[in-house]
Amino acid sequence: MSANGSGIGASVKRKEDTRFLTGRGRYTDDINLPGQLYGYILRSPVAHADIGGIDTSAAAAAPGVHAIFTGSDMEGVGGIPTGWLIHSKDGEPMVEPGHPALALGKVRYVGDCVAIVVAETREQAKEAANLIDVDYQELPAVASIEAAEAEGAAQVFDEAPGNVCYDWEVGDRAATDAAFDEATHVVSIDVVNNRLIPNAIEPRAAIANYDPATGDYTLYTTSQNPHLIRLLLGAFVLGLPEHKLRIVAPDVGGGFGSKIPHYAEEAILTWTAGQLGRPVKWTCERIDAFKSDTHGRDHISTARLALDADGKFLGLHVSTKANLGAYLSTFATCVPTYLYGILFAGPYTTPAVYCEVKSFFTNTVPVDALRGAGRPEATYLLERLVEKAAVELGMDRVEIRRKNFIREFPYQTPVALQYDQGDYDATLDLALKASDWAGFEARRAESAARGKCRGIGISTFIEACGIAPSAVVGSLGARAGLYESGSVRVHPTGSVSVFTGTHSHGQGHETTFAQIVSDMLGVDFEAVDVVHGDSAKIPFGMGTYGSRSLAVGGTAIYLAVEKVIEKGKKIAAHLLEASVEDIEFENGSFTVAGTDRSKSLGEVALTAYVPHNYPEGLEPGLEETAFYDPLNFTFPAGTHVAEVEVDPETGEVEVVAVTGADDVGRIINPMIVDGQLHGGLAHGIGQALLEECLYQDDGQLQTGSYLDYTMPRAADLPSFNINHNTTLCTHNPLGVKGVGEVGSIGVPPAVINAVIDALRPLGVNDMAMPATSQKVWQAIQQAQG
Amino acid sequence: MPTVTMTVNGMERSGNVEGRTLLVEFLREHLGLTGTHVGCDTSQCGACVVHVNGTSVKSCTSLAAQADGAEVTTIEGLANGSDLHPMQEAFREHHGLQCGFCTPGMVMSAVDLANQNSDPSEHEVREWLEGNLCRCTGYHNIVKAVQAGAKAMGGGS
Amino acid sequence: MNDFTYHAPTSLDEALAALRGGGDGAKLIAGGHSLLPVMKLNLASPTDLVSLAGVPGLGDIADGGDSVTVGAMCRHAQVAGSAVVQARIPALAAMADGIGDAQVRNAGTIGGSVAHNDPAADYPAACVALGATIVTDRREIHSDDFFQGMFATALADDEVVTAVRFPVPARAAYAKFANPASKYAVAGVMVADGPAGVRVAVTGASGDGVFRVAEMEAALGASFSGEAVAGVAVSSDGMLSDTAAGADYRAHLVTVMAKRAVEACG
Repeated sequence: MSANGSGIGASVKRKEDTRFLTGRGRYTDDINLPGQLYGYILRSPVAHADIGGIDTSAAAAAPGVHAIFTGSDMEGVGGIPTGWLIHSKDGEPMVEPGHPALALGKVRYVGDCVAIVVAETREQAKEAANLIDVDYQELPAVASIEAAEAEGAAQVFDEAPGNVCYDWEVGDRAATDAAFDEATHVVSIDVVNNRLIPNAIEPRAAIANYDPATGDYTLYTTSQNPHLIRLLLGAFVLGLPEHKLRIVAPDVGGGFGSKIPHYAEEAILTWTAGQLGRPVKWTCERIDAFKSDTHGRDHISTARLALDADGKFLGLHVSTKANLGAYLSTFATCVPTYLYGILFAGPYTTPAVYCEVKSFFTNTVPVDALRGAGRPEATYLLERLVEKAAVELGMDRVEIRRKNFIREFPYQTPVALQYDQGDYDATLDLALKASDWAGFEARRAESAARGKCRGIGISTFIEACGIAPSAVVGSLGARAGLYESGSVRVHPTGSVSVFTGTHSHGQGHETTFAQIVSDMLGVDFEAVDVVHGDSAKIPFGMGTYGSRSLAVGGTAIYLAVEKVIEKGKKIAAHLLEASVEDIEFENGSFTVAGTDRSKSLGEVALTAYVPHNYPEGLEPGLEETAFYDPLNFTFPAGTHVAEVEVDPETGEVEVVAVTGADDVGRIINPMIVDGQLHGGLAHGIGQALLEECLYQDDGQLQTGSYLDYTMPRAADLPSFNINHNTTLCTHNPLGVKGVGEVGSIGVPPAVINAVIDALRPLGVNDMAMPATSQKVWQAIQQAQG
Repeated sequence: MPTVTMTVNGMERSGNVEGRTLLVEFLREHLGLTGTHVGCDTSQCGACVVHVNGTSVKSCTSLAAQADGAEVTTIEGLANGSDLHPMQEAFREHHGLQCGFCTPGMVMSAVDLANQNSDPSEHEVREWLEGNLCRCTGYHNIVKAVQAGAKAMGGGS
Repeated sequence: MNDFTYHAPTSLDEALAALRGGGDGAKLIAGGHSLLPVMKLNLASPTDLVSLAGVPGLGDIADGGDSVTVGAMCRHAQVAGSAVVQARIPALAAMADGIGDAQVRNAGTIGGSVAHNDPAADYPAACVALGATIVTDRREIHSDDFFQGMFATALADDEVVTAVRFPVPARAAYAKFANPASKYAVAGVMVADGPAGVRVAVTGASGDGVFRVAEMEAALGASFSGEAVAGVAVSSDGMLSDTAAGADYRAHLVTVMAKRAVEACG
């Protein structure tokens, strides 16, 4: 590989940008099909009710209405499946209730799909929906974990006593108990990981079409993983064979996990289009997005850390309760388990770790992956607890971390993972220097002179990305593989099309993947285009989430390029009348080693497609596909430092500085990587200070619009100080790890640790996320008595 | 249905609309100008920002009828042929966009700021962008892009 | 949003005729930034909307010596950027510059804001603190009488605000604590030392809309300083309460914002 102006390591400007900057992106709602009708989804206004009956007669008679379907119409259609089977401590499988696409007999959350109205126009469909008379016979609702587990609580599902879905564990409980027995110090903490609403700025949308002449269905949908949708929708819900169902996820305006799941609306739209034989389009209004896009986080945890007299960690015990919402969304069950419990070694040598997680059904929107998915929850708990241990033991909070760092790799943690590589001291040192940690007290004094309380907080963390390998995740309950596909098609005149099973909804794959291919093949960056998002064009792939695209999808492309080069060598050897073993490939040329005799990739490609003078027995064409199933997760790591200033009169917290020192593996495009870090940091700061989904006890959503749910704005954030220290992943050829979720994983505890550091002189020793002005003010009031 | 006529990106465009037709609906659905996006229903997100008579407004909170007779510029009308507008170029150069959905509104809002202030401070840019939400970029590179774009515009579009 | 008939009159008389012709279902629309959001949520469903955009003479700002008159159709950005307002009542210009976001300021108008009387809007506090007079097509109404509780004003159904006249104060300032999500005022306090004496008017905090704080006004009359109001607590009775700010916190913020407004008066 050679670094050049557009190769690996260069901040190449993005291929995607011209269309997005000129208004020529093609998002789902921008697409219109001839003869299309508009669907409006009527949603439950109550959290829990029996449906006594649905009278659609007035709506059916309204202007422009073509059809109305309710749960009973779709009764024969399969329910919405979930993708991961968790087993409880006792070996029993989780409770897995059915999830009808349109509510059948019962609604279980505000926002549950009750009916679809199809009409000539959007407004007609919506107006007619308001005429549907649903007899909701309200039932008591459980809108929180506390309510769900209370004695005599209402049951979301009859088959889930106590509203428990599963009671899972990981780690060695006996060894952990033994560690506590020999501990000098035990530090405990209770934390809540606040529920978040993802809020990709593009609302979800879908257009379904059915061609009666061919029996082909097409669904355009705002998805991060079109093939996964095809698999779930085709095989599990509608019973359609793959060759009759095409899923297109065109330009998608952000996902953050909320566009992973297979949603009921996708099934309803596709089925409805089949019934009507006409395209049906649906675009979610923001007000409905708040109550139908999957939510994230929502944990209550208690944890204990055992330490010896020197502050060395001996054991960690974590008990968590997780809210899954009203139904099991696609990856809902694995987020608080296999993406959470196995993170608790963190960057530390804690020899005994045990984590148990009890998950509950509630009458709230289903909860699924959100940027980080499980790993932010684990990191927050661990880094709050480590910080608290330092304070309680009177240790320096940097030194307690350093004292416990893992330094020998590979490292087998007590909770299943094996870290292949890392250098946690390096990122810690880098962060301390870049944040001027040593100079903080002077800045604190300067703030104090202005009446402000300044604090600094740190978090040292690892994450686990590119969840794999398939056989292992399968043994843990995953119902899909977690490999990725890549195809590389060298055209007859040497330009290249790359087909990836990953999906870009902001990450810049069209640029990054083109850089890899351009670099490896020695072709012009402009001569490489990347195709994604259309199940009719790309090989079967698993899509984009969990920071997997480069480490898994990029590696598949890498391997496909290697196959192309291998084949090209055979063609070149024939043309050059040399032995294949003597052919070297570099900078786009196949050369006979030690000579100046060479053939360009273009010449070889043309020969592959015009095989007049061609090696005997070799297939024509120059196109290769690779499926890559990783050997292990990748393990990005880093240190984040946050500095805040609190206005003690109002409780307002201002983030004045954020420093990241990250090891994300080899960086293909530094500009894009830093952009991913910025976005994750903003999301993490949002969770720490601003964002919180709140429900009333009766299951009504209190934060149901941008008037009540605080999105981070430009003025809420500082510019970010990003630094890198790279160690290479040892088990993929590019040495890449992953970057999309780093910020949202690492920074929340740094921010809260900083807020507590700022407020400690006022007597405040704890703070829950989000540290809103009101909450901070109340904490100060309470501490001051 | 009343007829509205307005100059959109330099061309006179007319259409029959309902009273309730929003400007953004007229642009997207009547004129096929889908570069202007809808991200919310409470006038917060700013994905729909266009210029009406030279200043930035939220086209989801304007009636098409209110723009009757007006000069409207959308993201599609900003570039000069294949040459990007300096603000568009600055967003590209500084990676001020990721998924691209908030981008049209963000750019149109930024151009309005730059028309008034050719050298905005970081603080001024961040305050100005209160009405534009982005979930991807953390605003870091947007702020840099707006500052660079404003300078490149030199006080005028 | 339900459909309606849109009227674009070109004179005040035509506007009044259209308003009367539409009866109970008719509403005026200025910038539309208060009305359209509630219509989109079907919280208001007028049958007729009468636009004031084409009515001449409503968009001017005039310096009357001891007062400044702002036409009803003046946009918030126009007030914020007005040389007259900046010179004579800089607190008003600064307040207008802090309303909503840039696009709201480019569309929203002073007339629309005062006529709507949202309990979290900024203008009512400015009007009451400065002792402004609301000018309509038929009369003048002092702001003390104009604002009558949440979304309620002294306006008749067919009455049109044409201007707001602000007496020029000796000193004034506005301090706002905004809701972090909506950016509407949680507690916005305008303090003015003007012809009518010292006035402290609060918006955003009370369910009854804008109100004055007599105790603070008395304290400032005795000593115009931040410390004078810092110790004056406001009762949380009747304060709004939501997820961002409960009544106690709002009441506390009123005092803090009042202190900061006084200090900003210089």
